[in-house]
Amino acid sequence: MRSLFRFQRKTLGPAIAMFGVAGFAAAQMLALPAHPLSTLTPRDLLTKQLEDSMSNAAQVNRGRYLVAVGDCMSCHLREGGEPFAGGLGLNTPFGVIYSANITPDPNTGIGSWTSEQFYHAMHDGKSAHGDDLYPAFPYPWFKRVSREDDDAIYAYLKTVPAVKYTPPKNDLPFPFNFRSLVGAWNLMFLDSYDFQPDTGQSAEWNRGAYLVTGLGHCGGCHTPKNTFGADKSKAELHGGKLDNWVAPDLTSNKRVGLGEWSVNDIEEFLASGRNAHAAAGGAMAEVITNSTSLMSDADRRAIAVYLKSQPASALVGSSPPDSGAMHRGAEIYSDVCSSCHLDNGIGQSRLFPPLGRDAILQQQDPTGVLHLILGGTKVGVSASRPSPLGMPSFAWKLTDQEIADVSTFIRNSWDNQAPAVAASDVGDLRKKLGLQHLRLTDNSGDRGLP
Amino acid sequence: MATTLQPVDAVLVGFGWTGAIMGQQLCDAGLNVVALERGPWRDTPTDFATGFAQDELRYMWRHHLFQNVSDDTITIRNKIDQEALPMRRLGSFLLGTGVGSGGVHWNGQIWRFLPTDFLTKSHNEKRYGKKAVSDYDMTLQDWGVTYDELEPHYDQFDKLCGTSGKAGNIRGRIQPGGNPFEGPRANEFPNPPMAQTYGPTLFGKAAAELGRHPFPHPTGNMSQAYTNPLGAQMGACTYCGFCEKFGCGNYSKASPQTTVLPYLLQKSNFTLKTESEVLRVDLTPDKKRATGVTYVNSAGEEFFQPAEMVILSAFVLQNVRLLLLSGIGKPYDPKSGEGVVGKHYAYQTMSSVNVFFDDKILNPFIGAGALATVIDDFNGDNFDHGGLGFIGGAYIAGMITGGRPIEMIYTPQGVPSWGMEWKHAAAKNYLRSFSLSVHGSCMSARGNYLDLDPTYRDVHGRPMLRMTFDFTQNDHKMSDYLTDRAAEIAKAMNPREIKPNRRSGSWSVTPYQTTHNTGGAIMGDNPKNSVVNKYLQSWDVPNLFSMGSGAFPQNAGYNPTGTVAALAYHAADAIKSQYLKAPGPLVRA
Repeated sequence: MRSLFRFQRKTLGPAIAMFGVAGFAAAQMLALPAHPLSTLTPRDLLTKQLEDSMSNAAQVNRGRYLVAVGDCMSCHLREGGEPFAGGLGLNTPFGVIYSANITPDPNTGIGSWTSEQFYHAMHDGKSAHGDDLYPAFPYPWFKRVSREDDDAIYAYLKTVPAVKYTPPKNDLPFPFNFRSLVGAWNLMFLDSYDFQPDTGQSAEWNRGAYLVTGLGHCGGCHTPKNTFGADKSKAELHGGKLDNWVAPDLTSNKRVGLGEWSVNDIEEFLASGRNAHAAAGGAMAEVITNSTSLMSDADRRAIAVYLKSQPASALVGSSPPDSGAMHRGAEIYSDVCSSCHLDNGIGQSRLFPPLGRDAILQQQDPTGVLHLILGGTKVGVSASRPSPLGMPSFAWKLTDQEIADVSTFIRNSWDNQAPAVAASDVGDLRKKLGLQHLRLTDNSGDRGLP
Repeated sequence: MATTLQPVDAVLVGFGWTGAIMGQQLCDAGLNVVALERGPWRDTPTDFATGFAQDELRYMWRHHLFQNVSDDTITIRNKIDQEALPMRRLGSFLLGTGVGSGGVHWNGQIWRFLPTDFLTKSHNEKRYGKKAVSDYDMTLQDWGVTYDELEPHYDQFDKLCGTSGKAGNIRGRIQPGGNPFEGPRANEFPNPPMAQTYGPTLFGKAAAELGRHPFPHPTGNMSQAYTNPLGAQMGACTYCGFCEKFGCGNYSKASPQTTVLPYLLQKSNFTLKTESEVLRVDLTPDKKRATGVTYVNSAGEEFFQPAEMVILSAFVLQNVRLLLLSGIGKPYDPKSGEGVVGKHYAYQTMSSVNVFFDDKILNPFIGAGALATVIDDFNGDNFDHGGLGFIGGAYIAGMITGGRPIEMIYTPQGVPSWGMEWKHAAAKNYLRSFSLSVHGSCMSARGNYLDLDPTYRDVHGRPMLRMTFDFTQNDHKMSDYLTDRAAEIAKAMNPREIKPNRRSGSWSVTPYQTTHNTGGAIMGDNPKNSVVNKYLQSWDVPNLFSMGSGAFPQNAGYNPTGTVAALAYHAADAIKSQYLKAPGPLVRA
């Protein structure tokens, strides 16, 4: 037989999508790319240990691990592209920003960068040429990464296959197209200090803090942003919103945060994308697949310990919903949702999330649940839990009013409590997601309206 | 001109159950594997979502998941002196296509054949004499593999699927509540049986009163949530009653999608190409070795995929046709009885008995693919056939696979099939009736076979496969006897009336019966009587393996999937433990 471990080209769209290429903007896209894409799967790159014979193998392997911890893959890989070659468009409130090519190609990637220049990018948000990088690249968090870790990441990125590829130019309107604005932004919002361990806390807690507030850049999504796109002050991890997904509160808030979760629950969720409470869909699915599922047990536990120590954000009340909406919503639930989530919303543990006391459902902002109902999603996968269990899209089946009613119903049933949803909220999101029409696939035989 | 691709270790032709199993087994052994599936990609939340999966018109009647017979079909005749005509609409059987194929739209009925089923010829000849196995032009053969050899592989498939059931025989000890006639199992089923609804419960009670041995049907419909050894997860069945002919949106039915694909798609040494139809297996000039396969994609571009091993893992009718088109093995000639490829085509002999109550509401819409209480007292050689004039048998199932409104409204004898009278009868009986299924064996016979049609060609210009088939007198006698046994149980349920639906006359392609086509690439103990050896390896081209029910020398009275899967695991085991170390014939001719 021929060599057993030649890397194969992947030609199958969903296989690639499973590795998280779908991207933030493309979560609703399920079309198959027609041609071979890559000689290495993202997971291969993120898990393949280097031979010890390499002189800096230990550093490179450590860098590989840190690249997984930092979830670099999810942004630096566009749909149909090569790992780390970038080109994924990030929809920010200011416009579309494309991720950079961080492969070692000398002209289009970072092959000509020195470790010093790389450190400045990570720490200060400066490119090798001295330009300001947009903070869509999470240097406000990476600033807390140690020089030693940055050097390891640099050493690892030098070893990945070089790809000659120039990402598209950012699509930013005036005045955001002026990079010099970022300098002012940095002055206003960038912390001036690096990571400082809290000597009053355990080593485990400090490791968690280093990961959550540094390389893991959890706050990039889970901390609310001000008008300038910077973290709101005194609201760290209170929940955010990006690209039509809601990133829930990660404090111990019992309604919208992790108050109902144990340390073990958080660890299991990070490891497998599923636990007794929830399933990781939307943008979190690829974080599970490309990052947290590849972390060590100790690091996942450290993150969980740190998150559980965060003081709960304030509970916000809501007025009871209209009983008509609740009645209509209950009937739609019974007809459409109960076959998986079951009659009383108890779900099936680790398969179909239970809906009672659910953090996503109880967010003030219903965008998360509306996105799930309109667009559907798939759960992030890992080696031990490979099933990309899915929530189907109901955009083709339910009207805006029906989705509003059923959302109001599940947001206010089984101990949940959250503001009612208006049909106009659903209509707005439907438009943003481009789901006005039937969106079954060609394979299922139906066609969207012309 | 075909474009030549990078060579691979193994190419799988077709991606249903056997493709999935072989893909997993060979990838785990470190081989580079490419699977070519002629149909489209199919995925649970996209293609079988609960919001539209339960659409009888679209899937059952408009054949949404099935092969499009205007692109490719087969020609059909009952006897060798007839002219075969193309099957222009699917009827008797529903050919699958696409990722998962029939493994997507099956019922999930998971059976093991009886130990004596693998010795159809020798066992029956020993017990009933030479005439019993040669009457009616029957051409029976032993399989060349035994139940004991396959038991670990049946077990593997049960664990993969999370089969729900109750064992009747664990290592020779008969277990209460299970099938006492089954071959010994090493283990209990991975999941408990499904909850039996009213109809199956009434059946079980009546059968027990008659001294039969009822037990819950073993099934790939999940009685509870399950995670299989590959880490793939399935949800508990909701008894929606849309299994056969439908994909499951609840991850509750074992399929390549729910059990294997999530695992395989994480493997860098596995590639699945959809909408890629294999036209032929390419051979070296001496025809002793396969060099790879030639396939065409949906854009009409041809590719040559070189491979060290070719695994035919399509449906039986495609596998046999590819052997014939590629010139592998000697085609069978029914006149001389010589040749092997295409011989022993067999089917399944189905009948049923409808039961109508006045006083019992059965709620048939609460159903599942294998939601049934079953008796196996009259299957295989579980009973004395002395003086009966036939061999073989059937299981009888009190079954509620669903209450689908077009297909599954039963009306009593004498009711017209349309109009006011039908409507009244339908309304009166829908909730108060169900069906006992008689799932019978089908013996091979000299005149039943597959070959290439001399006239009709497919969209690629290749000859179609021609099917020549009719039930033997043995099958008819068996089916009549078994239908009588089912009617006895039906009467013992004290209904208002029953309606037996016997299998009479010649086989017809029109009414749906079952997609349990078998034979044509049969296994055996030597190249004179079979196409493949006990490891499904071609006698003529040792780097080619032909999977599936094509290997059955005749068909037993059970659904074939369990045995199809066990044979695939058995073959994979031999490939891994022997063939990869020393590629060549695994059995010396």
